Parts: sequence; C-alpha cells; structure tokens
Amino acid sequence: MTRLAVTKTYKLYIGGKFPRSESGHVYEILDSNGAFLANAAKASRKDARDAVVAARAAVSGWSAASGYNRGQVLYRIAELLEGRRAQFISEIQHSEGVSEAAASGQVDAAIDVWVWYAGWADKYVQVAGNGNPVTGPYFNISTPEATGVVAILAPQGSSLLGLVSVIAPALVSGNTVVVVASALAPLSAISLGEVLATSDVPGGVVNVLTGLAAEIAPWLASHGDVNALDLAGGEELDWIELQQLAAETLKRVRPPEPGIAAPTIERITFFTETKTVWHPKAMI
Amino acid sequence: MTTFEEPAVIVTPPHTLAPAQRALALIGGDLTEKSLRLHLEGLSGVDAVGLEARASALGTRSIKNASKVRALDTIIGLIDLTTLEGADTPGKVRSLVAKALAPDAADPTTPRVAAVCVYGDMVSEAVRALGSSHAVGSDSAGLNGAVNVAAVATAFPSGRASLAVKVADTAEAVVAGANEIDMVIDRGAFLSGRYGLVFDQIVAVKEACRRADGSHAHLKVILETGELTTYDNVRRASWLAILAGGDFIKTSTGKVAPAATLPVTLLMLQVVREWHRLTGERIGVKPAGGIRTSKDAIKYLVAVAETVGEEWLTPQLFRFGASSLLNDVLLQRQKLSTGHYSGADYVTMD
Repeated sequence: MTRLAVTKTYKLYIGGKFPRSESGHVYEILDSNGAFLANAAKASRKDARDAVVAARAAVSGWSAASGYNRGQVLYRIAELLEGRRAQFISEIQHSEGVSEAAASGQVDAAIDVWVWYAGWADKYVQVAGNGNPVTGPYFNISTPEATGVVAILAPQGSSLLGLVSVIAPALVSGNTVVVVASALAPLSAISLGEVLATSDVPGGVVNVLTGLAAEIAPWLASHGDVNALDLAGGEELDWIELQQLAAETLKRVRPPEPGIAAPTIERITFFTETKTVWHPKAMI
Repeated sequence: MTTFEEPAVIVTPPHTLAPAQRALALIGGDLTEKSLRLHLEGLSGVDAVGLEARASALGTRSIKNASKVRALDTIIGLIDLTTLEGADTPGKVRSLVAKALAPDAADPTTPRVAAVCVYGDMVSEAVRALGSSHAVGSDSAGLNGAVNVAAVATAFPSGRASLAVKVADTAEAVVAGANEIDMVIDRGAFLSGRYGLVFDQIVAVKEACRRADGSHAHLKVILETGELTTYDNVRRASWLAILAGGDFIKTSTGKVAPAATLPVTLLMLQVVREWHRLTGERIGVKPAGGIRTSKDAIKYLVAVAETVGEEWLTPQLFRFGASSLLNDVLLQRQKLSTGHYSGADYVTMD
C-alpha cells in the first residue's frame, strides 16, 4: 500500500507569524528537474504593506537592544541553523539540483556568515564611529545608528547563502528587514523564518515574503515607511525605476550585486545613519 | 375602655425627580424614581448574540476606492480631536488646535475636524488658539470650517465628586467658551440601581450648560460602557441619558478598557433610532476610545448608515472621540492621493 504524500505549504513570515497571502494566491515550486516540490504563498502588495507595518513596529525594540545583546541573539540563530542542517541540505539539494556535498557546503557557509556578522554587532560602532577633532573644550563624537526598516530583494540564484548574506548585515545595527526571497528557490527562506520564529529574534524584525519580486518591489521602493532598499537580487528587474521610486521618499538604495554578496563591514554601515553629538569636557 | 391607637404609618411622598421635558412626555406627569425604574427595567433585553453577529456582519461590507475617499474625508469631519492627559499644557492644546485646523499640512484639501476635546481648564486656551475658526453656538461645527471646543466636565473620568462640584465644573467650561460638554454619569449609582440620582445629575448638568443668552452648550453623556458590564445596562443607560436631556450619548471616557466597541455603538444607535421613531427627535452618538484605524472607523460609518441612516453622518449627530485615529486616516488619504504607501514620517507626532 502506498502512502499518501504530505507536501508542505510554505507560508509567509510576517510579524513573527506565518500567514497565508492576503490574496489567497499560491504558486508551485518545482525542483531542478521540473517536478512539483511544494506550494509557496504568492505575496501581494498588501502582504508587503503588512510586513512593513510589522517591521516598523519592531524597530524601536530591536534597535534599542545593546549591540552585545543583538550579537548574542544573532549567534543563537547560527546555533539553531546547525540543528536544522538536514532540512536545509535537503531543500537546497531539491531546489538547486546540487549534490549533497555542495548543499552541505552552502549551509556551512551560511552559518559561518551569521557568526561573522553576529560578532560585529558590538564592534562595528567602534570601527565606524569616530571622535572628531575640535578646537574647543568639547568632545565631538559620531556614531552610526540603525536607519530603520530595510527592504531587501534577495539574490535569485541562491536559496540560503544568498539570503543570509543580505539580511544578516542589515540586522546587525538594529534595522528590521522585509525580504523578498528568491522566486524559484524560496523554501530555505521560509524555513529560515521557522528558525527565527523559535529563536530570540523578536517578531517583526525579519519578515519574509515569497512571490515575484517584480510585483512586490515597486510597492516597497515607493513605501514612505521604508528607510532603505537593498536591490541585491534585483539585477533582472527594472531597477533604475525602483531607484527613482525610492528617491521620492529619500531612501538609501544599494544597487544590485550579482552572485553572492561577500561579507563586509561596509554592508553593515551602509544601512546606518551617523549621529554626531557635542559634549562639554569637564573642568579638570 | 382601652383606646385603640392607629399604628403610625409613615407615608413618604414619592421622590420627585427634576423635571425634564422628554421624561415627562414619555413617562407621564408623576416622574418618580419608581416610575423611572419601571420604565428602564421594562425595556426588553438585548439579544447579545444577535447584536454581535449584526455588528460583525456590518464590518464585512466591501468598500470600493471611490467610496473610501469619501469615507476618509467624512471620518476626518466627524473627529473630536482629543487630548486628555494629566500632562497637557497650553502648548500641547495649541498644537492640537493647529492640527485640527490643518490636519495634513501637505494637502490643503484635507477637511477640518469637528471639534477639539480638552479638559475644562484648557478651554480658554483652545478658544484663543482657534480664533475666528471657533464655531458660534453649538450647531455650526463643520460649517464653513468652524471647529467646536468640547470640554470634559463633571470630575472626568471617574465622576466621583459632589453635584455642586460637577455643576461648577460644567458652568466654568461653558463660560470659558466650550460649545460642547462631555459629562460622565455616576456609574456607581447607576449600577446600584439609583437611576433617579443619575437622572437628576444629568438634568442639573444640562441646566449648567445654559449660556447667558439662554442657548445651551450641547451635552454629551458618557455612559462608560466598559464599566456597565451588560448590554442590557447599556440600553438602560442610553435611555436614561436621553430622557434626562442628553444631546449626545457617548460610549466611553477612553480611560477604561474596553472602550468603544462596534456592538455597543450599534446598540446605542438602535436606541437613538427608537427615540427618533417615537418623538421625531435626533440624538447624536459618539463612540470614543479604542478606534485607531481607518478600517475600524469605516465600520462605524457603515453601522451608522445602516442603522439610523446617512443623515446621521454629520458632525451634529455623530462623532469619533479619538486622538491617534486621525493620523491613520491621513496616511490612508495620502496613499489614495499619491498611489504609494505613506509612513509615520509624513504626519505630525502628537
């Protein structure tokens, strides 16, 4: 007797919950041989709107946590990813059609990237901040702070490593993220959402949308409550248009980056604003 | 011979309530605590399940874009923009008034709100800040951009003060220029069945709303439905407030949870409809507290239109008591006019 296959429906990850798309639409995810793998929710503009609302609500708490605390929380995600290794390897193998060794290598690399960025959470301010020289009895100090809500288009070609390489740096400084996962290989992104939901990351800090970036991106680019836009995986889109939409509301925009973004501290500081304060020196 | 003495029977004359035209007309000449109780307790019970089902059905109406534009402008025109904090300052009241006059500084087509609602000691500041935009009398809110000043009075929000204090509180606000008085009922007295006491207090406060020229500041009676515990009580309190002369019945102070809910507001609208059928007189309704999103506010508009009719959707007969609602409405309005989603950076911080 054959057993009935129980296939998973992958839902969105918004505000710490896993809702279906408001539109009710799903689309089929195929494996590398063109066989049915799973259904994924096809996010609409209203899902993007809800995700931004959730992300905005989470900014105050996440950015107010100490860098040390954020680093601990991010490191914990790496620990949990390690525990789900088998699931991620299987998803990557199916959707990218790579060998088990290659999939395993990608999971290793993704976990290493998390750890690398987690380490920067309580250090990047010391590197990027500055005590400015002044001619007076003052200190003049510049420090980077989170810019707010960052909308990200994840690389289309990579399921886990590409995604992790763009969301981790935005989270380090205390930003919250709305990420549009790869349309062809979104399963790892939702599984990552499941990891985040059971970690110490507050709901709304990371929000994952699956579906067509071409449909969702313009709404995120023009959204007045989004502070920055990372077009990393948007090279196939009309990203000049997206830049123009983003300019209407004075967003920071990072242009597309083919392949997988290399871990750099510059990716962290790109999504920050510099705050400069004067402070009088005590009379000694 | 023994003398037989009649046992002394102490006859207490029925406690006569303060005269209120409406109650006299409906209940009759001998307006007493007892006749009022008989009337209020004789009201039919509320079908709670039916009421909630009806309210949630009203929340499912599909509102198309063109209607939404009109709904949002209607909502703004019905808002009592409110600041009722212990930390209020004249400066805060001035900025509230500035927002009431130009809710969206980036879009001059945005209508003004109906009224600003402040504590009694801030009335003169609000009147001064409104200047020539301050409405004359009580019925001109919303006409030619006139804005009313509403004052909460009678020891708001608890209502725990003597009648003399409540009356003085009210009279002072009216003299300072308040067009509307939001009074709280004595929930303690109401819940322990002393309807007559509550009735008399409303009548006395209504009398204190009288201006020197004989006209009245409008009286909104706050039932604080969150403390009345049952729908039956809400219905009784609504009747009581109307009989005693309230121009508006208002759900809540906003200081007690739950504040306004759709079923409670629907129930109050039904009482108002009943009163209109009975007497031809139109009473206003004001849900206050807890209405924060345009989506919620639109549900209330639907409830009003489908219960008492669209003619109630004027500032003279329906208000939203809200502070954060206005910003959400402005964001939705910006979305409709620009085509993209707006954010909190594009409206004022309150």
